[in-house]
Amino acid sequence: MTPVQGLFLVTALAAVLSAIMVVTSPRLVHAALWLIVTLAAVAVLFILLDAAFLAMVQIVVYIGAIAILIIFTVMLTRRVMADTGPQMNRLWWLAAFIGLVLFGALVALLAQMPSWWTATPPAATESFELIVQDLGLSLVDLDRYIIPFEVASVLLLAALIGSIVLARPPADDLETGEGE
Amino acid sequence: MISDPFTWFGDLLREFLVGLGLTTAQATGLMQFLGAGALATAVLVLTFLLIWVERKVLARIQDRLGPNRVGPFGLLQTIADALKLLSKEIIIPSGADKVVYFLAPPLAVMSVVGLWAVIPLAPNLVGTDINVAAIYLISITAIGTLAIMLAGWSSNNKYALLGAFRTVAMLISYEVPMVLALLVPTMLAGSMGTVAIVEAQREMWFVVLAPLAALVFFISSMAEAGKAPFDLLEAESEIVAGYNIEYSSMAFGMFFVGEFLHGFTLAALTVTLFLGGWLGPFVDQYTWLGLIYFFGKTAIVYFAVIWIRGTLPRLRIDQVNAFNWKFLVPLALVVVMVTAVADKLAADLGWNRTLTMILANAVMFAGIVVSVQLYARRERRRIEAAVPASAGTARLESAS
Amino acid sequence: MIPLSWYLILAAALFCIGMYGVLGRRNAIAILMGIELMLNAVNINLVAFWRYLSPQVIGGQVFTIIVFAVAASEAAVGLALIISIYRQRSTVIAEEVDLMKW
Repeated sequence: MTPVQGLFLVTALAAVLSAIMVVTSPRLVHAALWLIVTLAAVAVLFILLDAAFLAMVQIVVYIGAIAILIIFTVMLTRRVMADTGPQMNRLWWLAAFIGLVLFGALVALLAQMPSWWTATPPAATESFELIVQDLGLSLVDLDRYIIPFEVASVLLLAALIGSIVLARPPADDLETGEGE
Repeated sequence: MISDPFTWFGDLLREFLVGLGLTTAQATGLMQFLGAGALATAVLVLTFLLIWVERKVLARIQDRLGPNRVGPFGLLQTIADALKLLSKEIIIPSGADKVVYFLAPPLAVMSVVGLWAVIPLAPNLVGTDINVAAIYLISITAIGTLAIMLAGWSSNNKYALLGAFRTVAMLISYEVPMVLALLVPTMLAGSMGTVAIVEAQREMWFVVLAPLAALVFFISSMAEAGKAPFDLLEAESEIVAGYNIEYSSMAFGMFFVGEFLHGFTLAALTVTLFLGGWLGPFVDQYTWLGLIYFFGKTAIVYFAVIWIRGTLPRLRIDQVNAFNWKFLVPLALVVVMVTAVADKLAADLGWNRTLTMILANAVMFAGIVVSVQLYARRERRRIEAAVPASAGTARLESAS
Repeated sequence: MIPLSWYLILAAALFCIGMYGVLGRRNAIAILMGIELMLNAVNINLVAFWRYLSPQVIGGQVFTIIVFAVAASEAAVGLALIISIYRQRSTVIAEEVDLMKW
């Protein structure tokens, strides 16, 4: 067991255990904190996969923004500081069953592709140093990925405006007297 | 050895460890661990000195003396304060979530010490040379934001929660101009790594090529660090010390240390990104000069930070938000776009890069001055239009 | 070296745990957290395939960045919707939001 394999096993275990805690925690804020642990474990996995830029973006976007948004929302939508009531549906056992069946199906599907079971990564060439430059160039190259880039930015703009409009207090609550 | 003590010492240590029986890879790994520990310890010990410097300078600005009883010139005052804090009891509020309550202060300190891992102190002396260091800085700052959220929530106190909400809202708002301003040295240097950014400033510091970006970065990282005039979050006269209301003794001490260190760290980052880091005369022959240049420049910028803290009044939260979204973010966007266009023009048309960038920045500055004047004039007219009718009748009433 | 299958099995496990969260939880915010888990599993898959099968084609990382953008916008709008529903109905339990109009 090489150190890298050991690191992968520890990170994978942390990711799976914290994911289980996310979906079973009775207190929502604890679930959000376990989600942060999962996201951090995924960032470590990205670093193991030589995608350092994606790992940093994962931390900034997911942990630094989405997780904080979730914690804000949890705190803004509670009447008392404690969670009460059952946390799972009546049909939670069916959901667990479906989850297990799907996991078994995916693993069985993987087992049929022997070339993927033992694939070792191609060696890291020196062009890996220039991944970030290549990534940036590919996003604005007219022959490559400029269209998804522009569409994603329009999507982000729509989400920005939409969430501001949705989350504003109703118009008659605003007390500004200016009619601008 | 005299010309490059860092490489000489590193080689010496590695030979010693290999002589003890480790392989080269294991020796390098162990040296990296030791180096990280040494850097973190040095930075935290430096904080003692920084707290004294800040208190003395702030006191002189406020026309008083500052600590001068404990030790020569009051140098041991910080140690006395730390001992006092250590001797107090850590009171955990009832109903507080213990795990999260104790997790928040170390996370907050971690988020500041972690920034020092990518700051190059001298030509061969850097924690780690990753090629995404600029984004790493933002991600570590985001973890600091998270720590404050956890602190406010776990105290089981609605004022701490409110303080934490406002703090986190301000911090995530000011990340936006900070990231945008960080794009400018990245563009000018062609790489996100801090070592590459410092090396790219050999012919001209980026503060000359992009002074507005330096200003935007400086202001927004002062807001990220919670320094005045943005310190409404933990000022004692405000919402009773905000998110760290329920923290006592060493837990509070950790927040305190993290904050003071963040002020110095933001000065170090500004120096690295815009003021040439460790660059200076003769630094290639004698690399230990780089350390002196770096700390000298950082001390000057840190003095400017304390100066601003002692001079400007505190802003309210709505003023802070308005300043960010209505001024800094549009400014940062304009700066990024104009810098990109100017840099490309200078490269393609063969103009002198320095003069082109200075001209572009002068044009932007003129644009800012004109637009602020227009806005002020509009505001003044709007206020005058709303006021005179009532003022006139009041005078008539009092005259008769 | 780490075989590719380890990454894929991990991603499958995270995806199924996230799906259990989406299908089984009552609180709307917890459902959203399950969705984030599923998106992270997809990201792990994408980056693992990029690294092991075609590291010279940068499209794998581009796809992952687009997934980041989509996840961020969907989380923002979803949470805004949840807050808006909470204002109207004083509940965030997904089962209780079952009438189109009062």
